Amino acid sequence: MKYTEEHEWLRVEGDNIVVGITEHATSQLGDIVFVELPEVGATVSKDDEIVVIESVKAASDITAPLDGEIVAVNEALGDNPALANEDATGEGWFFKIKPSNPSQMDDYMDEDAYKAMIG
Amino acid sequence: MSDLRETPLYELHVALGAKMVSFAGYAMPVQYPMGVMKEHIHTREKAGLFDVSHMGQVILQGDDYAQAALALETLVPVDVLGLPEGRQRYGFFTNDQGGIMDDLMLANRGDHIYVVVNAGCKAADIAHMQDGLDGIRVTEITDRALLALQGPAAERVLSTLNPAVADMRFMDVATHDLNGAECWISRSGYTGEDGFEISVPVGDAKALAEALLAHEDVAPIGLGARDSLRLESGLCLYGHDIDAETTPVEAALTWAIQKVRRTGGERAGGFPGSAVILEALTQGATRKRVGLLPQGRAPMREGVPLFADEQGGSQIGKITSGGFGPTVGHPIALGYVGADYTAHGTILYGELRGKRLPLTVAPLPFNPPNFKR
Repeated sequence: MKYTEEHEWLRVEGDNIVVGITEHATSQLGDIVFVELPEVGATVSKDDEIVVIESVKAASDITAPLDGEIVAVNEALGDNPALANEDATGEGWFFKIKPSNPSQMDDYMDEDAYKAMIG
Repeated sequence: MSDLRETPLYELHVALGAKMVSFAGYAMPVQYPMGVMKEHIHTREKAGLFDVSHMGQVILQGDDYAQAALALETLVPVDVLGLPEGRQRYGFFTNDQGGIMDDLMLANRGDHIYVVVNAGCKAADIAHMQDGLDGIRVTEITDRALLALQGPAAERVLSTLNPAVADMRFMDVATHDLNGAECWISRSGYTGEDGFEISVPVGDAKALAEALLAHEDVAPIGLGARDSLRLESGLCLYGHDIDAETTPVEAALTWAIQKVRRTGGERAGGFPGSAVILEALTQGATRKRVGLLPQGRAPMREGVPLFADEQGGSQIGKITSGGFGPTVGHPIALGYVGADYTAHGTILYGELRGKRLPLTVAPLPFNPPNFKR
């Protein structure tokens, strides 16, 4: 698993990368009440704002960590956005992206570096 | 947060694991480990304990209650004189333009008036009363904390400390001993639930809070849930839903202006902005505060502009408070719209992240009140 400074986690799954946000991020955000996900099939560029998360406190944006195509989104979050709080790195995933430039993964932190960043 | 003031319960909040934030110059708990959503639901189902010691407590004293009441009536459009002893009432200070300077609670405590004002406004409010109330002693109470115990279990819990509180009705005020401390208690709050606000000497505040928290039905509740609870109950937050530019008529708070202060009443007018407000009472306002229900799942928050049409047209209003209502289970909002758009069921559009999303004008409150009248 790799991690971004924006508190996303990235997990390789075949040709695709599964993306969500970390437990650290969900605990900072508080109870998540709404997640707006990108369209399946959309072509996105790294740093595009593609997800909006609304918690009881505020709205925050999540950016695409990689260039590529969105191949799946977690529809279950529509009915139960709290999944992101309850199982951040499992059932609470956001989208799957097929990267057009897989080497972009090298830019991101491993677990030890991420843990060091969040202290 | 070194420049922030602390309430007498600061150390207790920290010990309870609260996340402390800056609010109106105070370090205040925004949430405890339970989290905003569960704190909100706990208050609706059982009882929540809130530290509201940052709010201003003020005593107004004249030769007698009537003198103080008549003086205060020069600053508020409320029937203060007619308020019976042992009763409390909601009101607001108005400015010369008819806008709201702050909203407040005032109580007839026999020989004086006890006033509670918002933390962010208290310095201005106290100066305003000192300037405006001739012959009345205006004293800020700084040696008392203020706690609120809110929720359906509040009466049962507080009765374990003194059974006399169960005899109080909604908006009664009384002095009772609680946990060995002389407390000024009102049966009121700002959550839409039954409950009590308790003014307790600073030295006794922590022990009283701990005695209440020792009850299995009581959890500490932060400012986050305080905000979602008041929003679900359709109650205004000063500086957001009401401010110096908003009149009580626009804010749909005319119920707080009793007949005796209106045109034709025995003590009509005589408060700042009375000409504007009394005319608006008969003529109506060009905009009004309404409840709004976003039709989708996306919350619409303060500042979202409102339109009558899905495309084009000019802005007809804006949201002043909004978020997710944990008890109702969907997004809710308060906002101001032009007078043509206030009918319940009217479909409007809020512009969110470049898209216009539908919402419906809805009756308030979103969650029915649970007062013991």
